[in-house]
Amino acid sequence: MLLVSYEFLLFFILLVMLYYVIPGRAQWVLLLAASYFFFLSGGWKPVIFILITTLSTWILGLKLGKRNQAVTAYIKENQLSRQEKKEYRIRQKKISWRWLLMGLWLNFGILGVLKYTNFILGNMNGIFYRISTPMQLKRVDWILPLGISYYTFQSMGYLIDIYRNKYKPEKHLGHFALFISFFPQLIQGPITRFDEMKEQLTAVHFLNKRQIAFGLQRMLWGYFKKLIVADRLVHAVTAIGQNPEQYRGSFVLVGMICYTLQIYADFSGGIDIVIGAAQVLGIKLPENFERPYFSKTVGEYWRRWHMSLMTWLREYIFYPASVCGPVTRMTRWGKEHLGEALGRRIPVYVATLIVWFVTGIWHGASWNFVFWGLLNGIVLLLSSEMAPWQKRFHEKHPGLKGKTWFSLVQIGRTLLVLSVIQTLEYYGSVSRMLTMQFSMLTEFSLKPWTDGSLFTIGLDGWDWLVVFQGLFLMLIVSLWQRKGSVRERIAQKPEMFRWTLWAVLFLLVITLGTYGHGFEASQFIYNQF
Amino acid sequence: MKGKKLAARILFIAAFASILWLLQLLVQPKYMGKVVEGNLIPEYYQETTGHELLILGDCEVYENISPVILWEEFGISSYIRGSAQQLIPQSYYMLKDTLRREKPKVVLLSVSAMQESGQTNEAYNRMTMEGLAWSMDKLKVIQETKMEDEYLIEYLFPLLRYHSRWKELTQEDIKYLFHREKVSHNGYYMRADVRPLADFPEPRRKADYRFPQAAQEYLEKIRLLCETEGIQLILMKAPSLYPVWYDQWEEQIQAFAGENNLTYWNCIPAIDQIGLDFQTDTYDGGLHMNVYGAEKLTRYLGKKIREVSTLNDLRQDKVLSAVWKEKAEFYDQMKAAQEAEIREYGFLRQFSNP
Repeated sequence: MLLVSYEFLLFFILLVMLYYVIPGRAQWVLLLAASYFFFLSGGWKPVIFILITTLSTWILGLKLGKRNQAVTAYIKENQLSRQEKKEYRIRQKKISWRWLLMGLWLNFGILGVLKYTNFILGNMNGIFYRISTPMQLKRVDWILPLGISYYTFQSMGYLIDIYRNKYKPEKHLGHFALFISFFPQLIQGPITRFDEMKEQLTAVHFLNKRQIAFGLQRMLWGYFKKLIVADRLVHAVTAIGQNPEQYRGSFVLVGMICYTLQIYADFSGGIDIVIGAAQVLGIKLPENFERPYFSKTVGEYWRRWHMSLMTWLREYIFYPASVCGPVTRMTRWGKEHLGEALGRRIPVYVATLIVWFVTGIWHGASWNFVFWGLLNGIVLLLSSEMAPWQKRFHEKHPGLKGKTWFSLVQIGRTLLVLSVIQTLEYYGSVSRMLTMQFSMLTEFSLKPWTDGSLFTIGLDGWDWLVVFQGLFLMLIVSLWQRKGSVRERIAQKPEMFRWTLWAVLFLLVITLGTYGHGFEASQFIYNQF
Repeated sequence: MKGKKLAARILFIAAFASILWLLQLLVQPKYMGKVVEGNLIPEYYQETTGHELLILGDCEVYENISPVILWEEFGISSYIRGSAQQLIPQSYYMLKDTLRREKPKVVLLSVSAMQESGQTNEAYNRMTMEGLAWSMDKLKVIQETKMEDEYLIEYLFPLLRYHSRWKELTQEDIKYLFHREKVSHNGYYMRADVRPLADFPEPRRKADYRFPQAAQEYLEKIRLLCETEGIQLILMKAPSLYPVWYDQWEEQIQAFAGENNLTYWNCIPAIDQIGLDFQTDTYDGGLHMNVYGAEKLTRYLGKKIREVSTLNDLRQDKVLSAVWKEKAEFYDQMKAAQEAEIREYGFLRQFSNP
């Protein structure tokens, strides 16, 4: 069931109506049933996998929680010296670690097998071909459960948190199952932490007109971004991206810009729908975007784009990777042999590259995504290396920092770097991406911009006009957002003004949206993950 | 103060609903240009008098039978409720819809759609079902015959289907926002142009000649409904040369008619008897008849209907005569206008590509 489908809207309307008339204590049961119904819309087989993840994580969480409790109680009950306490803790942690590892292996194993088997088989076939071995392994046709990357990361985050004794495990299987399967976020995040969701998911939610209105407004804005901007741009993006021989030179630039804009409108629009839908149900999900295209550096961009994934990677991969045994040993070795300054950088370098490798492979089971991730990591490391120069530059030119034009240059530079990196996603292979980037530089001409060629790539003049106006509105709203919630400010305005505003937005979505019969509602890009 | 606020809210909602409604009217196809078939079904509801003969089917009825001739020459008051590729289940619901308004004595059903297992073109479904008056039957027929990628909600709110037409809107969409000009003659679609018989592809052998289950089921439903209502059901196959009407199909229809004691006329073998000349009586190379062919077939059918039914000659009825006089005038006017246009240009501008 797509978020952009009549089925979803009908399902959601019925759910909301039912949600607020049933007794409050049954609301979470309804949400769980609805979430599984939503999941079942993609077939019954994937349910087995989410059930395995839910059950294994819940049981292991309880086991780890019990162990944590036992360790605390033992230390409390016995008069141990500091050293003894430490040793005891380490011993117990080692046992807990095995339980945690079991959960991680099982669940990341499922994710890995279902999502990456064909990638591995493809690479093996490539090797066989290179060494002239006639053997070719048959690709598998396995199901990929909806949102598997999201719910696996979310459940493993929970297990690691329990292992770290950050909070107590959930004893109620139903409550825990709802945390893993809560339908709005199942499709494209945000990835949440158990402690920020637990109370909300099981609390009694009373009908709150303001909350429902705000949620619906957020959903409407999400549909605007998705249906009017993203799904329109997708025609140009597909035409250029899938016909690299035909669309070279300037078209590569057009495709690159369109893809950069489309992916943002698509993903942030989807997240708006998700957060809005949850808000209608009285549940506050964390934000996943903070106007990322206003970032002045690549590092800042990645702190503002897909924030929940980045937080997850930082907490569960970056920090553990930078202090794990092999890296610590490597750091020691580096400090001894390469000098203090370089040695100190080793954990950051290694952890960054691991994180970005994971980010890349998480986004897609192909080498272009791996390179995309690593390239992002390298750019981040380079920019951190260049930080002292930047500092010196600003010391020399102190007036520049506050200047609007300079900020715009920084934003433009960041966007350009990111757009170039994103062409790796766009063109699907490193060699093609390089060829097309090269053609953009060597075959650039202004002709396609003036001879009407832009109207031959799936969008006519009217479509471009709509896209530009949509983007302009998104820009204005983003600028307003810097001063706080736009919906809050609109809510202060007179009722008729507010109603007119939302009615106009609704009419725009209904009329100009790319949906319905004849359109293949483009799947949200982030659904694939 | 509270009352004012409430009034303002009601006004706002009313204004918003009106805008949505207007927007919907604006983007819906008007079918007043090259394709007019979308207006055939809704025009029925403008009728002020009843009909003794109801003709159901696809293009084989609405392009091949002229109710005006049936009236003028046989005194039969008839209406064609047919549309492009109208499926047998759709004809069944069309009959039910008609029965809510009037009760004809005879139903003449074209069986050519028996070969269709489902709709193959969304436009045909739209032209058939959109014009039907709202009822539970309309919901049922949409649900049962919509194509896989069609949605009931898009029939309930056509704005959802046609919203992307905003780019194609023309002055016609404004002109016909609230009204349409009459395009049919009691459901008959008139064409006076001539395009002689062309070559048709050789008939292909089929793996299975049995009629689809749904068509058989709904044919039986039509029969039962007619039986229950005391309506005489006559089955017919129009004398069209293409698509091919296989012998195996003919046998099945004959068997059905025989088992149920129904009258069935296959007009294909009677082409000579009807007097059809496919060099002059077709407007699209033999697929459908033009007005000259339709009039010949209507005379042939009219005679046969009179023979097998108890339909009265209603030409003495003053009210009906007055109504049909008007209809005949409109018919003659259109025929004359089309003939004049053909004389002047050699083709009908409305139905030709610019």
